[in-house]
Amino acid sequence: MALDEGTVARVAHLARIRVKDERLKPLAGELDTIVNWVEQLGEVDTNNVAPMTSVVEMQAHWRQDAVSDGGYSDRVTGNAPDGVADPEGAFYGVPKVVE
Amino acid sequence: MSKLIKGKTGEWEVVIGVETHAQVSSVSKLFSGSPTAFGAAPNSQVSLVDAAMPGMLPVVNGEAVRQAVRTGLALNAEINKHSVFARKNYFYPDLPQGYQISQYEEPIVGEGEIEVELEDGSTRTIGIERLHMEQDAGKSVHDRHPGKSYIDLNRAGVPLMEIVSKPDMRSAEEASAYVGKIRSILRAIGSCDGNMQEGSMRADINISVRKPGEELGIRAEVKNVNSLRFIRQAVEVEAKRQIRLLESGGTMVQETRLFDPDKGETRSMRSKEDAHDYRYFPDPDLLPVVFDDAFVAECKASLPELPDTRKARYVEAGVSADNATFIAGEQDHIHFFETLLAAGIDAKQAADFYTSEFLGRLNKADISIADAKVNAEALAGLLALVKDNTISGKIAKDVLDDMLESGEPAKAIVEAKGLVQITDSSAIEALVDQVIADNPNQVESYKANPKAIGWFVGQVMKASQGKANPGQVNQLLKQKLDG
Amino acid sequence: MSDLLDLSLAEASDKLRSREISATELTEAYIAAMAETVDLNCYITETPEKAREMAAASDARLAKGEGGAMEGIPIGMKDLFCTEGTLTTAASHILDGFVPPYESTVSGNLWDAGAVLLGKTNLDEFAMGSANITSYYGAVRNPWTRQSEPDTELVPGGSSGGSAGAVAARAALAATGTDTGGSIRQPASLTGLVGMKPTYGRCSRWGIVAFASSLDQAGPLTRTVRDSAIMLGVMAGHDPKDSTSVDTPVPDYGAALTGDIRGLKVGIPREYRIDGMPEEIEALWAQGVDWLKQAGAEIVDISLPHTKYALPAYYIVAPAEASSNLARYDGVRYGLRIDGETLDEMYANTRGEGFGDEVQRRVMIGTYVLSAGYYDAYYLQAQKVRTRISEDFRNAWDSCDVLLTPATPSAAFGVHEKFNDPIQMYLNDVFTVTGNLAGLPGISVPAGLDKDGLPLGLQILGRAFDEETVLKTAAVLEEASGFSALPALRAGRG
Ligand SMILES: [Mg+2]
Ligand SMILES: [Zn+2]
Repeated sequence: MALDEGTVARVAHLARIRVKDERLKPLAGELDTIVNWVEQLGEVDTNNVAPMTSVVEMQAHWRQDAVSDGGYSDRVTGNAPDGVADPEGAFYGVPKVVE
Repeated sequence: MSKLIKGKTGEWEVVIGVETHAQVSSVSKLFSGSPTAFGAAPNSQVSLVDAAMPGMLPVVNGEAVRQAVRTGLALNAEINKHSVFARKNYFYPDLPQGYQISQYEEPIVGEGEIEVELEDGSTRTIGIERLHMEQDAGKSVHDRHPGKSYIDLNRAGVPLMEIVSKPDMRSAEEASAYVGKIRSILRAIGSCDGNMQEGSMRADINISVRKPGEELGIRAEVKNVNSLRFIRQAVEVEAKRQIRLLESGGTMVQETRLFDPDKGETRSMRSKEDAHDYRYFPDPDLLPVVFDDAFVAECKASLPELPDTRKARYVEAGVSADNATFIAGEQDHIHFFETLLAAGIDAKQAADFYTSEFLGRLNKADISIADAKVNAEALAGLLALVKDNTISGKIAKDVLDDMLESGEPAKAIVEAKGLVQITDSSAIEALVDQVIADNPNQVESYKANPKAIGWFVGQVMKASQGKANPGQVNQLLKQKLDG
Repeated sequence: MSDLLDLSLAEASDKLRSREISATELTEAYIAAMAETVDLNCYITETPEKAREMAAASDARLAKGEGGAMEGIPIGMKDLFCTEGTLTTAASHILDGFVPPYESTVSGNLWDAGAVLLGKTNLDEFAMGSANITSYYGAVRNPWTRQSEPDTELVPGGSSGGSAGAVAARAALAATGTDTGGSIRQPASLTGLVGMKPTYGRCSRWGIVAFASSLDQAGPLTRTVRDSAIMLGVMAGHDPKDSTSVDTPVPDYGAALTGDIRGLKVGIPREYRIDGMPEEIEALWAQGVDWLKQAGAEIVDISLPHTKYALPAYYIVAPAEASSNLARYDGVRYGLRIDGETLDEMYANTRGEGFGDEVQRRVMIGTYVLSAGYYDAYYLQAQKVRTRISEDFRNAWDSCDVLLTPATPSAAFGVHEKFNDPIQMYLNDVFTVTGNLAGLPGISVPAGLDKDGLPLGLQILGRAFDEETVLKTAAVLEEASGFSALPALRAGRG
């Protein structure tokens, strides 16, 4: 099996998803089935084929460098599960990060 | 000058590559219209896009593209007319999207090179690997709550240029000179203000050591060093640490380290040591960045004189190589110096007076150029008085002291203190005659040793309270004594 | 009242404009219909108060002879569109309590045109699904039932299942959907509706909770092709806030419905004849060919050789993009937070609890295919295959103007059928997903019933930005099929 429990645990950590130990094995089975199925793409000859980078063929328009947004800390922090009203202003609170 | 470091087991070579993050001079962010100004209240310069609200989308700031291209041109680098924004995926609370929009496989600027001057007068060519655009992260504040970190997203999305060097540097001096040169180029073209204290520029330094001729060693990356002095110190202490480690039988691990200038050491940042797997892929919310030759030509035409060209011009005009490099490397110096030149002051005299007298005094008093009471125009006013013989060069130094003290213009000081130079030859002749008459013994010794004329000049100047024109004094003395 | 609920959007619009009916009256009928069909679970959030206010405002405008193209039309809004001041969930636990301080461009366009918000419709969590069974707020029941076993609960398709269910059950006159792999067209087919996915770039994605950025497109779910044309015209348009939004004028889609397709070349892609396709689907497809031929179209046999690789390519690209798009749901700025000792624990707890099984599965697949050492073999290869699929279509357009295909490989199925095998579930999108990979416009039109009385749709695919020809052809199919069956569990019958 290409996708074993260890791989699932590693991927779950990369994706920051808590997976209960007893779910690792069945999940490995499910994901392995899907991965095996998508592997048929290997059959397609893609030599000299460019990967698709934009669905529509168009030129990006660039923004003017002008201040047109911001200035509403209440709006951006209003939904925060741990919004902090500090004397300095509004912050998002998170568990202490040690650097 | 040997760049090798002596260890217990022989000599070691240090190999350095630098990633410089430079904030693009723009008023708004890379992908949103919120402001980039420094020092605002927390989360007040954050748009819905910067806060990665559901469904928000990035739109690129054209100015960031333009400045990246201008910078690439100033670094003599290849410009890629087709480049791609990619997502660098990792979790961190100051990274609201869960990914940083950066450029990966297809950056906007490719290989280039710059020339770096070292203290011994030699130069080194340092290769540029690439320059790419990316967004900055926000800031975590750790000291306002015992159990929490606070997140401020004001910097989130600020446009950065990451300039990646080749591993071409071999000493702490070269590394700091390289970053200094990058800084002077960016400031010259105005693509970044180069303010390292405010974080507009910071360097990640990749350092490894090896025995000369051997393969590259395993490197450590010292993150976010924010002054030229610290870059030097960081390289020195990190290289020594690695040599000590290897010589005592240890092995290097590739890791991220932090330079602590207070303790003078680097230490491992374990929090960033989590298995890195950034899963880069082209950002599907953004189209490739595409422009034509005309746009590149426009960017090129907008470039001012670059430090190297300016330096050459100054040397040509008679300025010493050291002074020319020094002045051409910094916008403040350029402003003063060009003001002096525009006032008709001789280039060499202007450079010498500016560097040794003016800056010398500021350094001694620990005053910044911005805080000095004498601006470029005022300094030009002072040297103009020397040029038209109103005062002597010697008096000019005293007047400068006065100006720095009082902030008064040179002319007012000279007039108020009666320092105008005596150029009336009959007045000078009277003084000369007097000194000769008063010192017959010295006249005798002059006959034996004509170099003693200096003593007479001094006496006459003293008698004139420094106001006599030294050239005229010299000439008259010679006439009288030889006659 | 029931005749009010049976009006099409176009008919209601005429009656509103002539003041034969009022927006308030129409809206009240739909508010009652929502209550009547509440067991179908089509809505996550009903907004009757807001609807009444908006209807009153519409009436005021209509009284002055003013009003936009959707004036006074009560609609359901897929709960993937952020609506200012109204809870927006993406049917996920992780967006618990999220009230956007902003309005998506497409929903804003609809309000500007006078549409009335009935509520936020249910969907598969983060639009990941083809049955509307992955919603944190529970499955949606299809208002259609099998004649042979009327008590078996059927799925409405997904992910826009709540929108489809609501429009079919007369609990909304029309509704918005989003289509990443078939999420408008597939539920439309399973509920007897018209579902249109426009060209990628036609509707702004700004303010729509992202699933897979290079595939997502908004579009309407309506009861008729004309309604679809009216509503798409309002939803579409350039948006400078979306870099992938196309800056070309939106045509008058209604004007395109001429009924005249003489000389139109309709391609029949032979690779869409898949193994195990039910005979009824095959027969319906043949019937569709016949209808178009009779209307004067020329039928062309064409080949899209890479069709078989579309689904696997989709199941790399979509999860990869989703794994990154969903990284922002981390419990810091909005939505659910489950505490932990450390920051990483908080992240993992929040995302472990906040995302359902299917979302977790796709985020992990996406993370895996992008991770070091796998990128080239999976993601890069999939994007190359995508180029191949686009080339297939480009070649096809040399010999035809539109394609006619089945919309789905089966009629609506039971809530508990197809549940255990994800790949079996993924196969629901086999006919629709190619349009997303190549960014092309596609529409599903109800064309007939299966032997159990369940609706089946046919799909028209067209050239990029040629929604007009797609709609025109669809209208001809609609006319020819004369589809008039109604679901059993609809409002206004009692
Ligand atoms: Mg870097
Ligand atoms: Zn960087």
